[in-house]
Order: sequence, then structure tokens, then C-alpha cells
Amino acid sequence: MAREDGANARSVIDIRDLSLTFETNDGPVHALSNIDLNIEEGDFVSFIGPSGCGKTTLLRVIADLEKPTGGHISVNGVSPEEARLARAYGYVFQSAALYPWRTIANNVALPLEIMGLSSEERAERVKRNMELVNLSGFERKYPWQLSGGMQQRASIARALAVEPDLLLMDEPFGALDEIVRDHLNEQLLQLWAKTNKTVVFVTHSIPEAVFLSTKIVVLFPRPGRIYDVIESDLPRDRTLDIRETPEFLKIAHRVRDGLRAGHSYDD
Amino acid sequence: MSGASLTLTGQGAAGVGRTLAWAIVALALISLPQTAFTDGPTVIASADLMLSPILLGGAAILLALGVGPRRLVDLALLAVSVVAAIQLLRAVGTNFSKAESGFWSLVGALWLASWLFVERLSGWDVTSLAAKRAIGILIPALFGVWVLVLWQLLVIGLGVSPVLLPPPSAIGARFASSLPTLWADFQQTFLKAVLIGYAVGCGSAFIVAILVDKVDFLRRGLLPIGNLVSALPIVGVAPIMVMWFGFDWPSKAAVVIIMTFFPMLVNTVAGLASADRMQRDLMTTYAADYWQTLFKLRLPMALPFIFNALKINSTLALIGAIVAEFFGTPIVGMGFRISTEVGRMNVDMVWAEIAVAALAGSVFYGLVTLLERVFTFWHPSVRG
Repeated sequence: MAREDGANARSVIDIRDLSLTFETNDGPVHALSNIDLNIEEGDFVSFIGPSGCGKTTLLRVIADLEKPTGGHISVNGVSPEEARLARAYGYVFQSAALYPWRTIANNVALPLEIMGLSSEERAERVKRNMELVNLSGFERKYPWQLSGGMQQRASIARALAVEPDLLLMDEPFGALDEIVRDHLNEQLLQLWAKTNKTVVFVTHSIPEAVFLSTKIVVLFPRPGRIYDVIESDLPRDRTLDIRETPEFLKIAHRVRDGLRAGHSYDD
Repeated sequence: MSGASLTLTGQGAAGVGRTLAWAIVALALISLPQTAFTDGPTVIASADLMLSPILLGGAAILLALGVGPRRLVDLALLAVSVVAAIQLLRAVGTNFSKAESGFWSLVGALWLASWLFVERLSGWDVTSLAAKRAIGILIPALFGVWVLVLWQLLVIGLGVSPVLLPPPSAIGARFASSLPTLWADFQQTFLKAVLIGYAVGCGSAFIVAILVDKVDFLRRGLLPIGNLVSALPIVGVAPIMVMWFGFDWPSKAAVVIIMTFFPMLVNTVAGLASADRMQRDLMTTYAADYWQTLFKLRLPMALPFIFNALKINSTLALIGAIVAEFFGTPIVGMGFRISTEVGRMNVDMVWAEIAVAALAGSVFYGLVTLLERVFTFWHPSVRG
């Protein structure tokens, strides 16, 4: 299941010379420019960078929530739009974005209803994915009755219920406290190891990026571009203890150097 | 539950209670040597009234001193207030416009006693939900009853002309003796004009709102026209509707439709736009189509806005139908009755119709609010 070399892995996301320019009243804003990136099957890739570096925008381009203005991008070998219409990915947003009028189980079932699955199939997938994120027993609760961490877990279950091979996560744990975040990071790693999905993860936390990723992409702002791509040689099954090892600290150091180079304190 | 629980209530509330109690005692004492009605005996010498100051004063003293079981004393206060109210109402009934200082002192004591009881009742620390709910209903109900009692006492005691303001008893008697007429008016105005106009007005505005939301040129074309129609004065529109749709209820329903259409339209359009970007992006990532997004996200999000409009419209519809009847109607209907009975100086009948309108309007509003609580239980304003 886990490939250490990844040499013959299938490319899931292929980005070449991609750029995205927003037209605003103050003139064009270059959100992304000259992005080249290849993400292979089974990779756990983190985008890290200061705010405004375009990491979320890049993820939204992959998800077809933004259209690039130049360059090439393919997801699963097709355009992002075709991939979206084929429901090729699950997307986890910065906040849980659960619908308050639906119970947790019905929130998880929402994409399945839209896909037109039978009610037996829906019930089965809801049960399985809620177990996966340790939310069994909370099926009939409403989102506002749950803590922030549980809500975010429910939103991950919702993304997983689609059973995509590709998981796109936009700072999913950004609003949670350190302890809950550690716990969810560990759970996410176990999940990834169990299912061998490809994960693209946006974060601005260095420990989080290094702990989770097989590949860390450091981005620069104005215009958003890739500064460094760090292949992590940490073993695939990790525990939180790995954060104390010299190998971990070495990678974290390299990420920090990259981030520091991207920060300009002139303005 | 004895005197000890008194200390559980807030110091300030207990202070207010004690002040009120002593004020009642003072008023009861003041009233005793004074005449109640012109050419009548003093309060203490009047067989009809002498019990009231003694009972009110006695209960107030018990309360001020904090003697006896607390809830029992509170209930005793209510009981003596009822007795005093009955005595005063009976005494004033035969003495139109003759009330003197003794009577007014007693009215003051009674008013303070009713205030004090509500003050005490709201301080009861009950735990069961049913009891809390019962007290929640009892307090406004008592307030309503005291308003009616005071109205009756003031109007008769001061000798206010029934044309200006009839006493509640006269309105009640007229209400009871005119039930068939009131029912016929209610049927004509409420069950036909209001309900049908409301349903058609709100329903069509809802459908138009969906269209306006989907088709951009309708948004730019229809919304300003809707705005214009809503600005039309009802007194100008109503006679035209009567000319178009005749004297019977359809012309009133048309006025109601015009009045209810725009609030529903703008609220629904605003509600459909209220889903935030992340919630909509979520639907995009699922490759949901327009109708799926509409039914699973945007309409539920719009529900609080829609119910807002339904509540506003429930009162607008009744006003519209009643006013529209001023401009031509068959000889039945609440608005028709009000305009003709005012002309005949039958003010108690006008008030009876107003009571029907108030009752119907409140029940209608209450039902819509109940539905709102069922459908938007998830909204922060409802879930509490």
C-alpha cells in the first residue's frame, strides 16, 4: 500500500505554468503565477505560506471553485471542472459549514442525496464514515449541539462519505485549539494510512505541515508562487512523538527558512 | 416555602414589594374616613365597600412583615384583590360619575395590590417547566384583566361619555348580544378577504421571488415595479379595486394581495441570497444542480426571512381588508360595520368589532409564529 519511492505512481494533479489574476477596481491582482506542481497518488501534500500567498486559491483552482487565467491544470487526467462533475474529490473547508437544520447524520448524507444514492447505501456510508471519525452516537444531534472539533470531524466524515480518492482540505483545523488539533492530526494520518487517499492540505502551521506531509510546498506572496518543494523522508506511520526527532526538526527548519525568505518586512 | 424563602429573592425586588405593601396599607387607611360617592356614606360606614380596605390592608401588612407561608400570603393577596375588585365594580355600577376621594383611594390600593401580586408571582422560584410556563401565561393574563377592571372603574367613576369610551361591560354585553352579526362579519372579512388574499398574495410573491432570483432581467424589471406598487396608498387603490372586482370580498382580497405581495417578495429574495459563500461552494463541490441547491440550501436559509414576511403580512392583511370595506361593500363585513356603527354613535359595537379584529389578528399572528418555531427551530433566534 505505501510506496516508499513513488517513482511509478500515477499523477493525480498536474499543474504547469498556472497563473490566476483577479481583476479588481484597484487593478489586476496576481494571486498565482508560474505554478508548476505534480501530485501523485497516495501523496500527502501541504501548501504552506504567509497569508495572501495564494495557497487557498491554488486549492480552490484544483477544486474548480476558481478558474485559472493561464497555464495548464489537470485533475485525474481531466480538467478540474470535469473532475468536479465526476465528484472526484472531497473538500473540507476552514469551518465545518454544516447545515444547522440537518442532524449530523443528515449532514453527512447531504452529498450522497445529491449524488442520488439509495437510502440503504446512504445509511451504510453515513454509519461507516461517522465511525471513522469517532462520531458514532451523535447521529441525531444538531451541529450547534456539538463542539467545534466534533463539527469539523463531522465535516470530514461528510467529505469522506463521497468516497473520493482525493481529499482537499483548506486549513480544516485552523480554528481549533492545540490539543484538539494534535488529536485530529493523528486521526487524519491514520485515516490516510488506512485508505491510501491523496490529500492536499492547506495550513499555516509548520509543525502541522511537517507532521502530516510527504511533500511540503512553500508558497510566496505577491504574486503567489512556489518557493520550495520539500520531499519529506519521515516514515509514513508517525506518532506525535516524531516531532521531537532531529529529522523532523531538520525539515521544520527548512520550511521555516523558506517562510522567512518569503516574508518581506518592508511593508 | 415559608418566610425563609423570602430571603432567596433579590434584595431590590423584596424592597419594592415592601414599599408597595406599605403604600397599600396607607391608601386603605386614608380611604376609611372619606366618602366614596357623592351624597353617600364614608367608606368605613358603607356596607358595600368597608370589607375592601380591611382585607387589602390586612393582606398587605402580612406581606410587608413577611409573616406566614410566602405562597399562601401571595395567594391571599390575589383573593382579597378579587374581592375588592368585585366590590368596587358593583358599587360604581350604581353611581355613574359620582366617585369621590374614598373610592379613588381604594382604586389606588387595588391597583397597587395587583402590581404587588405580579411582582411577587414573578419572584416564585418554581423548578418544573409546566409551572414556569403557567406563570408565564398567568402574568400577562392578569395584566389584561386588571386593565379591563381599571378601564371600567375609571370610565364609570369619572362619568366618561359612552360615545367617547364605553365601559368594557357595555362592549361585552354588545358582543354577547350581537354574536350572529359579528360571526357573519368575521366570515366575510377574515375567512374570505383576509385569508384568501393573504394566501394568494404571499404565495404568488414567493413564486415571483424564485423567478426574480433566477432571471436577472426580472430582478431589474420587477423589483422596482413591486416597490412602486407597495408605495401606492391603500385609500387610493381600494376604490379602484371595488370598481374592478365588485362590491363583494374579491375586491378586498385584491387589496390584501397588493399589500402583502411586496413584503413577501423582498424578504424571499433577500432570504434566497442569504446563504454564505462557503455553504454555496460546498454545493458546487458536490456538483449539485440549481434545484438541488435551491431546495437543500437556499430555501431553508430563506425560511427565517419568509416567516418574517408572513408575520408582517398577517397584520397588514387584516388592516387592508377592513379599510378596503370603507369604500363599498355589501351590508356585511367588519370594516362596513365599523364605518356604519360609528355614524350611528353605536360605539360599543365598533369596539366589539375591534375586539374581534384584535382577537383574530393575535391568533393569526400566533399561529404563524408557532409554524415559524417548528420550521426554523435551528435558527439562533429560535433555539435560544
